[in-house]
Amino acid sequence: MALQAIAFYLLAFVTIAAGLLVVSAKNPVHSVLFLITAFFSAAGLFVLLGAEFLAMLLIVVYVGAVAVLFLFVVMMLDIDFEALRDGFAQYLPIGGLVAGVLTIEMIMVAVSVATNGKASANALPNASPGGFSNTEALGRVLYTDYVFFFQAAGLVLLVAMIGAIVLTLRHKPGVKRQDIGKQIARTPKTGMELVQIKPGEGISE
Amino acid sequence: MSQTNPLIWFGLTLGGILLVVIWVLLSLAFLLLADRKIWAGVQMRKGPNVVGPFGLLQSFADFGKFVLKEIVIPAGADKAIFLLAPLISLVLGFIGWAVVPFAPGWVVSNLNVGILYLLAMSSLGVYGIIMGGWASNSKYPFLGALRSAAQMVSYEVSIGLIIITVILLAGSMNLSTIVENQSGWIWNWNVFGGGGLKNIILLPVMVIAMGMFYISALAETNRPPFDLPEAESELVAGYQVEYSSTPYLLFMVAEYSNIVLMCAMISVLFFGGWNLGLPIDLVAMWGWWGKLALALVFYAKIVFWFFMFAMAKAIVPRYRYDQLMRLGWKVFLPMSLVLVALVAGWRVFSPVAG
Repeated sequence: MALQAIAFYLLAFVTIAAGLLVVSAKNPVHSVLFLITAFFSAAGLFVLLGAEFLAMLLIVVYVGAVAVLFLFVVMMLDIDFEALRDGFAQYLPIGGLVAGVLTIEMIMVAVSVATNGKASANALPNASPGGFSNTEALGRVLYTDYVFFFQAAGLVLLVAMIGAIVLTLRHKPGVKRQDIGKQIARTPKTGMELVQIKPGEGISE
Repeated sequence: MSQTNPLIWFGLTLGGILLVVIWVLLSLAFLLLADRKIWAGVQMRKGPNVVGPFGLLQSFADFGKFVLKEIVIPAGADKAIFLLAPLISLVLGFIGWAVVPFAPGWVVSNLNVGILYLLAMSSLGVYGIIMGGWASNSKYPFLGALRSAAQMVSYEVSIGLIIITVILLAGSMNLSTIVENQSGWIWNWNVFGGGGLKNIILLPVMVIAMGMFYISALAETNRPPFDLPEAESELVAGYQVEYSSTPYLLFMVAEYSNIVLMCAMISVLFFGGWNLGLPIDLVAMWGWWGKLALALVFYAKIVFWFFMFAMAKAIVPRYRYDQLMRLGWKVFLPMSLVLVALVAGWRVFSPVAG
């Protein structure tokens, strides 16, 4: 257990430190990299809880795909750091207020759940309910009790994806595109023309 | 390794990790040479043949040269990230080996979600490249990094879906369980449909899945014909342009470690891992030596797939970037979705369910 405690404090410290550095780093690319560190340590905390499926999903989905696109966008932006810092003092009071309210709310919710909620009944989260591994347990719940919500969530994502495609897909006229079917369907007959040229006359269209 | 004393457990795990890392590094040294030799053989050259007999020590000579050279950091580079990128690449290149089962019981960490872990670690590999490309503060590395990021994210999708077909066949995400499910005769291997002759109807489906996994693995590891991030005719050397000396060496070792890991993954997922393909229980016959023999069988499969990777590098011309993206999103994604539907359908509705 000592090893687990060491791992927990290490991961928790890294998560919080990285979270602080996300907002305090001067370079936005560094911020995104610290955000990724925070995600990664959070996945480590999941592993310590025994929720290995969630941990891997967090890494595959958030770190492996979402954060890459995030990093992509931030790297491409041309950001004026001076202008960013000028705005800092201006937005500090309102930003601090929102953050403070959120923090207080989160502490209150966490305290009331821990003392009065259902979670207080079992101090440790049950990583393998009913003797299944937690992947199996999640699957059994998702595809039976919550199958409609699961499918509905999938549909919402599908609609969002189609919306994004509709917004960005345009076919400019005059742009040459590769049509592989067309290329393969070409035969010597359709692809070239044999012309008999008489000496001294050239080709006339 | 079910030790109760944490210190002994810690020591045993550390020893296992060291053993695997040394094994992988030594293998890499010779596989790298094999890669160059095969490439040379296809082009009717001799390849490296000066250092040691048949050039066997070439990789060690290269290693010495890389380590002894000066590390050059460009003036405009982000120094910390510039040096961190190859380190991250190296760590991510090796960390995946933790869940690969070499023989019955020979695995550093027998994770329940081993397959997902491998997928997660290979999806993290893109960070080393994108960080290196950005930190170099130069155009070609950055273009290479962007290409690589888009390419790796795209091909992970089809790899993930193909892995789902294997998970459906095995009913588990534990790599050891997946390999044990393929024991016995050769037609129990997942590439023949898995689970014996009654599933042989899945043979065409799984052969296609295997082929697509192989091609996606080429793209995921930035190997030719998909080595666009480092296409020398367009981008000099892509994200590696500004790297020299040891950082470059780390990038290269990571790249090859990832390639060999992909070869191991193909063997585990489709070709029975350590299984011989015959119903002989070597472990029961020879004990510890049987395990060693099975590990060698697994190794032979890895080397075979590495040979296929090297041949693809030697004989296939490089893809154009838009064609690469077209292949990933318009061909592989729909095809792998169909494969998942077919395998799932067979698993649920087959008359010989099981």
